[in-house]
Amino acid sequence: MHIYLPIAGESVNAIVIIALGFVVGVLSGMFGIGGGFLTTPLLIFYGIPPTVAVASATTQITGASVSGAMVHMRRGGVDLKMAGVMTVGGLFGSIVGAAVFRMLQTSGQIDVVISFLYVLILGWIGVIMLKDALIALGVVTTTTAGKEPPRHNRWVASLPLRWRFYSSGLYLSPVAPLAIGFGAGVLTVLLGIGGGFIIVPAMIYLLGMPARIVIGTSLAMVLAVSAATTMVHALTTRSVDIVLAALLLVGGVIGAQYGAILALRIKPDMLRLALAIVILLVGFRMLLGLAWQPDEIFSIEYL
Amino acid sequence: MRARRASALIAIAAPLLVAAEKPTLVPDISARQVQIRYSFSGAQLLLFGAIAYPDGRPPSRPPDIAVVLRGPVQPILVREKQKIAGVWMNADSSRFRSAPSFYAVASSRPIAELVDERAASIYELGIHNLQLSPGGGSLPEKERHFEAGLLDLRSRAGLYVEDPHGVEITDGILYRTVITIPSQVPVGTYTAETFLIDRGRVVAAATRDIQIDKTGIERDVWLASRRHRFLYGLACITLSLGLGWIAAAGFRRRG
Repeated sequence: MHIYLPIAGESVNAIVIIALGFVVGVLSGMFGIGGGFLTTPLLIFYGIPPTVAVASATTQITGASVSGAMVHMRRGGVDLKMAGVMTVGGLFGSIVGAAVFRMLQTSGQIDVVISFLYVLILGWIGVIMLKDALIALGVVTTTTAGKEPPRHNRWVASLPLRWRFYSSGLYLSPVAPLAIGFGAGVLTVLLGIGGGFIIVPAMIYLLGMPARIVIGTSLAMVLAVSAATTMVHALTTRSVDIVLAALLLVGGVIGAQYGAILALRIKPDMLRLALAIVILLVGFRMLLGLAWQPDEIFSIEYL
Repeated sequence: MRARRASALIAIAAPLLVAAEKPTLVPDISARQVQIRYSFSGAQLLLFGAIAYPDGRPPSRPPDIAVVLRGPVQPILVREKQKIAGVWMNADSSRFRSAPSFYAVASSRPIAELVDERAASIYELGIHNLQLSPGGGSLPEKERHFEAGLLDLRSRAGLYVEDPHGVEITDGILYRTVITIPSQVPVGTYTAETFLIDRGRVVAAATRDIQIDKTGIERDVWLASRRHRFLYGLACITLSLGLGWIAAAGFRRRG
């Protein structure tokens, strides 16, 4: 069943896009990730123009994070003050990101930068997840030293102007979460990813936030930033395809339900191993795309 | 119905044509408007018509027909990737001020057999005779290199098409050809030119316009994203929040 995408300006097979949204939805339901880092490259492989893929994937992230954020909200697992500070950083990040996006677009290097950042990020997450999964499955054993890591990062603790974050039980400078939010905002615009997998470790290791509150706060922040980024894309690049986003969302919404059910039934470590392999494969494919001679040497840009 | 109209046209035009010395063309197209809807996956246009001879009868050696369908011209920038430090990235680029977004030529015999190079380039017959107006300042070899890249890219995308035996002529009078328009063509006014070619010379030409438009929801969505950017963005956000909320509600019921 072919459907014409008004912004992308081409026909796609609606079933394929819904299936893609479904697969990513299953993953996001199982692991609590936005899944943007898989949606965007897969859309690009399918032949959607990279700018449209990035902008429309952002819309999907908003939808994917709503249900998760609501669940955590009810349980009181969201530090609203922290999420607010990070969102402010994220908004500035998305505005700066949009400017960088324009700059790279006019110089013709946007595709290379998108691919390059994806290779780095997918490689990084893939290796971390693979390691975690192998340790959990008992394939690899670790020698964890009994040394307790410091509660606060030294750099974060030295920042001036400290605020109190009651829900997280932290007393630290808002500059650190602002900076983390800023980085996530830039990545959201450039890569069409929510950045949850970067924010979560940053909040745990850099800010020392308690784990029970990290996921909810990250989801709330990703929700706000991805919604704002959708608006930034609508206003500047004008490449949000609402039909594409709707197809992805429909698949994603249904997929997330099955994902949540599956997560209860299947051994999670095996799933994590599978996801790690998928992520590494996507990253490897992108790396090949950079290093091997591409199918098309020439490309056309409309002036 | 259309065929009847075409023959009616010939009947009306015939007395006028008798006075003329050269044959003329009476062209028509299966659709004057192509509408891009949600299920648009390309369109097939039937371009047909009749050759009206001054004496009403085809000569012993009937002339040839070439039909050109072209889309609106666009200024474009063609970029070329090169391997720099082990990574393939855009290195060089060249501008073309008037590249047609779509170009198809169908003829009753290969273009090279119909006209000489000069006539082919005057009438822009054949994809290698397109006037692309490369941006000045660059070397001719570089321009040719990028032009070849552009033609190759668009030929394989089905946007630049040559069909050397695409025109069928019946009894030296009626001609017809089918041109396929792929789904990724831009909207705008397309022109269909028909050339009557006799002994290497273009003896008659006729032009018809075709409108290709987005219609219905597709058009509204596209216009909204251009004219009401803020509201469009708001609609996208509302959609994602709404579907996400429905999912969350579904979770609660199941869980």
